[in-house]
Amino acid sequence: MSEELLKLTCKELRDKIAGGAVKSVDAASAVFDRIEEVDGTVGAFISTFKERALETAAAVDEKIARGEAVGALAGVPIAVKDNMCVSFGKTTCGSRILEGFEAPYNAGVIEKLIAADAVIVGKCNMDEFAMGSSTENSGLKKTVNPWNTDCVPGGSSGGSAAAMAGDMCFASLGSDTGGSIRQPASFCGVTGLKPTYGRVSRYGLVAYGSSLDQIGPFTKDITDTALMMNVISGRDERDSTSVGEDMAPVPDYLANIDTPIEGLTIAVVPQFNEGADGDVQAALNAALDVYKSLGAEIIEIEMPHFDYAIATYYVVATAEASSNLARYDGVHYGHRTADAKDYIEVYSKSREEAFGMEVKRRIMLGTYVLSSGYYDAYYLKALKVRNLIRSDFTKAFEKADCLMMPVSPSTAFKVGEKTTDPLQMYLADIYTISANLAGVPGISIPAGFDLDGLPIGLQILAENFAEEKIMRVARMFEKQTDFRLASPQL
Amino acid sequence: MSDISCKIIVGLEIHVQLNTKTKIFCGCALAFGGVANTRVCPVCIGMPGVMPVMNKKAYEYSVLAGLALNCNIPSFTKWDRKSYYYPDLPKNYQISQYDLPMSEHGYIEIPLEGGETKRIRILRAHLEEDAGKNTHTLGNFSAVDLNRAGTPLLEIVTEPDMNNGAEVKALAVELQRIVRYLGVSLADMQKGHMRFEPNINLHITKDGKVYKTPISEVKNLNSFRALEGSVAYEAKRQLNEFLEHGTTMEMGNKATYGWDDVNECTVLQRVKEEAHDYRYFPEPDLVPIEMNEEWLNEIKKGLCELPIAKQKRFVSEYKLSDYDAGVLTADRATGEFFDAAVAAGATPKRVCNLITQVGAKLANEAGCGVAELGVDAEVLGKLAKMVDDSEVSASASVTIFEEMVKTKKAPEVIAEEMNLMQKSDAGEIEALVDAVIAENEKAVADVKEGGKKSKKSMGFLMGQVMQKSKGQANPKVVSQLLAQKLS
Repeated sequence: MSEELLKLTCKELRDKIAGGAVKSVDAASAVFDRIEEVDGTVGAFISTFKERALETAAAVDEKIARGEAVGALAGVPIAVKDNMCVSFGKTTCGSRILEGFEAPYNAGVIEKLIAADAVIVGKCNMDEFAMGSSTENSGLKKTVNPWNTDCVPGGSSGGSAAAMAGDMCFASLGSDTGGSIRQPASFCGVTGLKPTYGRVSRYGLVAYGSSLDQIGPFTKDITDTALMMNVISGRDERDSTSVGEDMAPVPDYLANIDTPIEGLTIAVVPQFNEGADGDVQAALNAALDVYKSLGAEIIEIEMPHFDYAIATYYVVATAEASSNLARYDGVHYGHRTADAKDYIEVYSKSREEAFGMEVKRRIMLGTYVLSSGYYDAYYLKALKVRNLIRSDFTKAFEKADCLMMPVSPSTAFKVGEKTTDPLQMYLADIYTISANLAGVPGISIPAGFDLDGLPIGLQILAENFAEEKIMRVARMFEKQTDFRLASPQL
Repeated sequence: MSDISCKIIVGLEIHVQLNTKTKIFCGCALAFGGVANTRVCPVCIGMPGVMPVMNKKAYEYSVLAGLALNCNIPSFTKWDRKSYYYPDLPKNYQISQYDLPMSEHGYIEIPLEGGETKRIRILRAHLEEDAGKNTHTLGNFSAVDLNRAGTPLLEIVTEPDMNNGAEVKALAVELQRIVRYLGVSLADMQKGHMRFEPNINLHITKDGKVYKTPISEVKNLNSFRALEGSVAYEAKRQLNEFLEHGTTMEMGNKATYGWDDVNECTVLQRVKEEAHDYRYFPEPDLVPIEMNEEWLNEIKKGLCELPIAKQKRFVSEYKLSDYDAGVLTADRATGEFFDAAVAAGATPKRVCNLITQVGAKLANEAGCGVAELGVDAEVLGKLAKMVDDSEVSASASVTIFEEMVKTKKAPEVIAEEMNLMQKSDAGEIEALVDAVIAENEKAVADVKEGGKKSKKSMGFLMGQVMQKSKGQANPKVVSQLLAQKLS
C-alpha cells in the first residue's frame, strides 16, 4: 500500500486526498518511513520536520472531513532545498557558516506551499551556497545518486533531485543559478524546470548570484510541473525583480497541458551537441525523432556566443556572490570564531573556519573581478557578453518555438571524480548556464538511459515566460515515452 | 618678506536624513533613540535571503530636493552596492548610487552679508541607506545597534566653490532651510539629521607662483559651529604647514581629520595611501528607476517658493530690511503666515514687528512656530491694520496679541473688552485737549513762540492728553487738534 502510494504523482495524490480516498497523514507517514528506510544511504535531507508535517497532514485531513475547500497541493508531501528560509526549522544553505541558523521568516515560495496546503517534509542537501554541480561541496553531508550510489546526484540541488528519485517526496523545490535544477534532474531521472528569471519570487531564497538565481520544481511528470508552477509563480512585492501580471500574466499551466503545439519548430545547435557523450547524443537524437514523428520540424541554428557563456557566468555569478556572502561575518548570526583578538579577526577567522574551498574560491574570484582596475575588463565586459548571449536566444526564438539540447555532456559521474579539478566541473555546465545568463526558462525531462543505466535528460528552452509552451512541448514527448516511470532500486 | 596671498577652497559633502515614516528598504519605523535593536526586521539586519524594496517616498523626497537644488533629474538611475566591512553595516555593503545618481549638476544660492548672494555649484545628490551604530560600553565587547540601519540619506556633494567659513556655514544653514521648506527632512542637527564633511585646502600665491596645500577631509560634523570652526582651523593649520615645511598637494596625500569639539581643533585620523576600493557594482536585487514626465510633474507639485527667493521678495515687495526678511523666512510656515497676514491689508512692517517681536516670543514660550500659535494670519493682519488705523496703539497690540493666543477671540473683541480701543471722537478728545491747554500755560506759550523748545513742548502736551485719555485717544486726532488750537 505504502509503496503504491509513493508512486503516485502530486496531482493523483492530491485528488485522492481531496476526494477522501487517501489520508494525507498516511501519505506523510509513508514518506517518513521511506526516508528512514533509504535516506541513510542517499543523504538527501539535511533536516526533516516529521512532527510538524504530520500535524499539517492531520489538519488537512480534518479540513477535508469537514467538507472545507483545500489548496492545490492539499496534503501532498513536498521537500525544499535548504537555501529557502523557513520559520519553523533550520536553513543552512549547506554551509557550516549557517549551521544551526533559524530564520525568523518564511520564503515567498514556502508561504505559497503552505497556502496551497502542502505538507513540507524537510530541507534538502545542496552544494554550499548552491556553488557546485555535484552536491559534493556541501559542508554538512554527502548525498549520492539513487540510481547508482557511487555516483553524484548532480548539483547544486542534488538533495532535492535525489529525494525525488528515492521516492522520499512527491515534488521538491530547487534553485537554478547555472543549471542547478536541470542538471540534477537529468542525473536523477526526474523532471526539473528552471522558470524565467522573475517568474517565481526569490524572497527568502538565500542569494548566490542574484541576477541568475531562480526557484523551480522537481516533479515526476509535466502535469506536476504545471501544478507546482500554478502554486509558486507570480509577483511578490518583497522581490522587486519578480514580474507582475501586467508584464507577464501567470496562466493556468494545467489548462492546456495536453494540447500539442501545432506546427512545432525545434532548433538544435549541432556545433556543441558534438561535445556530449555518445549516449547523451543518441538520446537527444532519439528524442528529436519522436518529435519528427509527431510532425515537428527540426532546424539547425548557430548560437555564436555560447562559447563565452561559462567565462561570463563565472564573472557575473562570483561577483554577485562575493557581495551576497559578505554578510556571513560572524557578527550578527551564524558561525563565529572562538578565537578573535579584534573585529577584523572575527571576520577573517569566522569565514576562514566555516566556508568551504569552493565558496572561498568563488568569493576571491568575485572580489577580484570587481576590484578597481579590473572591473571594466571583467565585470563590465561580462555584462556585454551577457547581452550578446541574450540576443542569441532572441534570434533563435524568432526562428523556432524552442531549443533542444543536452542538459549535461555526461550522465552522473562518480563521487570524487571531478572534485580535484574545479575547471572540469565548471565546463560540465556548458548546456545549462546560458539560460541563466539570458533569463529564459528551461526544463530537463527524462529521455533515456546510458549503457550503465544512468538517466539522461533532454533540455527544452524557450523564450521568456514561455513556461506553458515548454510544458506542452515536453508533454508531447512524455505521452510517447515512459522513461519517467522507471525508478532506481535502492 | 615675500608677498603672500591665500585663498581657502572648500567643497562640502552633506548627508541629509529624509523625513520618511519608514526606512528606505523595509517597513521599519524611522525614529530617534529608543531601546537598541527594536526598530529592526530581517531586511534591515541583512538576514540571509531577504531583499530590499525601495521606499518610493524616499525617492520622491530626494528628487524634490534635487529639483530645489536646480539639479538635472535623469530619466534613468540605478542602485549600486558599495562594499566595505564594518560591524554596523550588516550586509557588509551599503546600497547607494554610484555612476548614475538621481540628480546632478545643480546649484544653490547662499545668502551673504548685506543681501548679496553667491551661487555654489552642486556636483551631485544621491540616495543611500544609513548604517547602524557601534557602541563600546561593554568592556571587552562592542555592541551594535541597528535601529538606524536603513535610514534614508540624501548625500549632496558641492563643487569646491566656497572660500571661507562663513560661506560654508551659510550654505549649511541655507540647505537646512531648503529641506525644511520642502518638508523632506526635519534637519534637526541635534539628532544628526544633517552631517557635514568639508574638503578643505588652500591656494597660496607666493611671489607670483600658486601653491596648493594637501586636501583635508573633516568627517562627520554635526553642528554649524564645528563646521565653521573646522574650516577656519584647517586654513590656519595648512598655512602654517606650508610656511614651516612648504607642504603642498604634490608632497602630501589627502588626509582625513576628525573635529575635537572641546579643544576646537581638527585631529588627524588617517592619511589616505590610495582610494579605498569599494568594489561598486549594480545592485541586482533592485530594479533601475525610470523617471517619466508624469511622475516628475507629480513630484514637482511639492516644490514651493524657496527661502532665498522669498527673502529677496520680502525685501523688494514689502520694503523690509534683509535682516527682517531673513527672520521671517527662517521657516516656511512663518513666511507664508506673514504673506497671508499682509494680504489682509496691513502694512508689512507692522505685521513684521508683531511677528518678530511679539509672535516669536509667544511661539518660543509655547514651543512651536508663530504659525502654530492658533491665531489665523488674516486675524493677525487685522490686528496690525487696527494699529495702522490708530484704532489701537502699538503697545496695546502686544497685549491684544497675547490675549488672542490665550482666548482665541477676535482682536476687536479683546480691544473692546479690555478697553484698549483708541478714541477718535473729536468732541470727546477736544475736551481733553482744552483741559490740557488750560493746565499748561508755559508749554503752550513755548509752542506758540515757535522757538527751539516748540517741538519738545508739543510732545509734552501730546503726552498729557494721552495720559488723560488713559492711552485711548487716537494720537493722530490729538495732534491735529493741538496743532489747530495752538497755531
